[in-house]
Amino acid sequence: MLLSAQSLEKRFGDTRAVNGVSFDLDAGETLALIGPSGCGKTTTLKLLNRLIEPDGGEVRLGGREAHEVSAPEWRRRIGYVIQGAGLFPHMTIAENIAITPRLMGWESERIAARTADLLALIGLDTYGARYPRELSGGQAQRVGLARALAGEPDIVLMDEPFSALDAMTKDALIDDVAALREQLGFSAVIVTHDFSEALRFADRIAVMEAGRIAQMGPSAALIREPANDTVAAMLEAPRRTAEKVAAAFGEE
Amino acid sequence: MFSEELAVFPGHYAGHLTLSLAAIATGLAVSIPLGIYAARRPTLSGPALGFASLVQTVPGIALLALMVPILGGRIGFWPAFAALALYSVLPILRNTIVGLQGVDARLREAALGVGMTARQRLTQVDLPLAAPIIVAGLRTAAVWVVGAATLSTPVGAESLGNYIFQGLQTRNWGAVLFGCLVSAGLALILDQSIRLFELSAERRSRALAGFGTAGLALIALPLLTLIASPTTTGGQDRQFIGDVEPLEGRTITLATKAFTEQYILADLIAARLEAEGARVDMREGLGSAIAFDALTTGEIDAYVDYTGTLWATVMEREDVPPRAVMYAEVSSYLLTEHGVLAYAPLGFENAYAYAVTRETADEYGLETVADLAGKPLSIASDPEFFGRPEWTRTRDIYDLGGLTVRGMDSTFMYEAVRSGEVDVITAYTTDGRIDAYELVLLEEPAGALPPYDAVILLSPEAAEDRALQSALEPLRSAISSAAMRAANGKVDLDRERVIDAADWLADEIATE
Repeated sequence: MLLSAQSLEKRFGDTRAVNGVSFDLDAGETLALIGPSGCGKTTTLKLLNRLIEPDGGEVRLGGREAHEVSAPEWRRRIGYVIQGAGLFPHMTIAENIAITPRLMGWESERIAARTADLLALIGLDTYGARYPRELSGGQAQRVGLARALAGEPDIVLMDEPFSALDAMTKDALIDDVAALREQLGFSAVIVTHDFSEALRFADRIAVMEAGRIAQMGPSAALIREPANDTVAAMLEAPRRTAEKVAAAFGEE
Repeated sequence: MFSEELAVFPGHYAGHLTLSLAAIATGLAVSIPLGIYAARRPTLSGPALGFASLVQTVPGIALLALMVPILGGRIGFWPAFAALALYSVLPILRNTIVGLQGVDARLREAALGVGMTARQRLTQVDLPLAAPIIVAGLRTAAVWVVGAATLSTPVGAESLGNYIFQGLQTRNWGAVLFGCLVSAGLALILDQSIRLFELSAERRSRALAGFGTAGLALIALPLLTLIASPTTTGGQDRQFIGDVEPLEGRTITLATKAFTEQYILADLIAARLEAEGARVDMREGLGSAIAFDALTTGEIDAYVDYTGTLWATVMEREDVPPRAVMYAEVSSYLLTEHGVLAYAPLGFENAYAYAVTRETADEYGLETVADLAGKPLSIASDPEFFGRPEWTRTRDIYDLGGLTVRGMDSTFMYEAVRSGEVDVITAYTTDGRIDAYELVLLEEPAGALPPYDAVILLSPEAAEDRALQSALEPLRSAISSAAMRAANGKVDLDRERVIDAADWLADEIATE
């Protein structure tokens, strides 16, 4: 077991944003946290890398508890990808990718090699000296992923990584990232409000509702046996879309 | 004609540059840490910005003047530096706070997400992203400070303002323009140099940084004239006759207030002291109250003041005794209260007198101040006058409340009355323009306007200094009102140099 979250709790004032969330993740596995706005999925993600400190519960990664090390050290072991990539505009693409290795004190040759490898992997070999403003949305998000992977993290957390993109770019990028994940075999927790994204990207899906996990399991299990009405309702729209698409292909 | 101006240029320029750069550097050193600390603390950033804005609303010249009492009567570099440094705080502080608060919250979170510590985020993300705004604040501060440094003359700090203040008083427009142009050029080059450094950092271009350095070198270039021409305050011919001169090797600090007569008298006194072997350090164009405070603390050794001024501003008396009584009372008060010696009356009075043109006098039948009552006339004086008791007193005695009051610089009021822009002015009785413009001085039968005997004041230390006093002795009661008026006229009307008018006056004294 790589990652373990036990009984995580977070309150903001009187609101219980995260109210007893527990799950485990094996190495190489990918979990999607989905649910409507305000269900606590993003807060849960930030509790994992200590961008938010929990009021209760604990997170363990590779056997170590989160508070055994300082927050910056903890975060350097965890890749983090956000919506819109969040690249630093005053740094080149290569500098953006090299940040975490640099903070970890890697030798400069090793950093350069790692940066070049990642640029090649995301298909932006020649972009190292350019600035984020010269990139398209999809390119920026790939760099965001490369930045998250640069420090050879144990796991990558992704917060709505495909949300700010147009439909076609999003489609292509999801495939690319999924392929990259196959190739590199990294573990990930992805937050999304889009079931089809979760379906395509994750091994398991956790549907969240009001700070709790309403149901967690492989996507097929969720579709076959939704645990309650909320989960069923969430799956209703994608199910109809899938049926219509299937019907449309059937008519041909 | 510019030889006199150029001779003092190295000192004025170096003073201006040192003052400005020191103030800007201090402003930076204070504002950036404060801004960083305050940017994420709304309870602090509000009051900090409020205070800085408040400082900014204080007019520059008032802020400079206020620093003198705040620093315990000290004049010269320090009060000017303190005021200018305060002045530079606001734009830098404000822009630091605004710039840091403007950094995208998602980027700040991303910085933590990639594993930066709070300090690393500050230096590697927050500050670089806020830098353009902070630098804009720095540029504003640089331009403000270089401009406002011209106002440091009245607090006794040498700057390009000396050209402007003296030029304004002695109607030397060339000097005024020169001071303005050099100061403006300095501000412009400094501003552009900072901009070049900013661009070079942004575009990572060494060439741009080179241009910035060239700009700074250009600013420093005039300082070479300092080396080329060592400061020459005591350029008078000196005759060394066997004996050791009584003031040999001594440095005496003189001060002037900001008007022609003061500049002439200071040059006259300086020539006297230099003839005895002293080196003279001159603080030109001080504010009236500042000069007196600086004398009591020994920052300056001597300057010329007037009994009526001391009576009203230092002693805060409102009654008006006869001339001799006032002189005696002022002398004993200054000595007992401040240890200041009213050493030698110079022999003339420079009082206020209500003056009108011959035409106005004829048109309204004006002979005495009382005749002004109820007339539809306007009156101009220096702003200081309307705050003094002699104005309220004469206004009440002669029923002058109906006059339209206008404050203006004394340089301009003679022209204003001559051209008919105003009808009445409070002329200074030693001004050369009274005769030249054929102004009529109205009689003042009630004796409500106090006497203003010119007198050399000596600091507590100088009050014990026999050698200094005997050097000044020849000036005692040596200058008549007519001679002073003529000397003032040479500068104000005939555009002669101050030093020449002082020489002329010295000759007058010698031949009498």
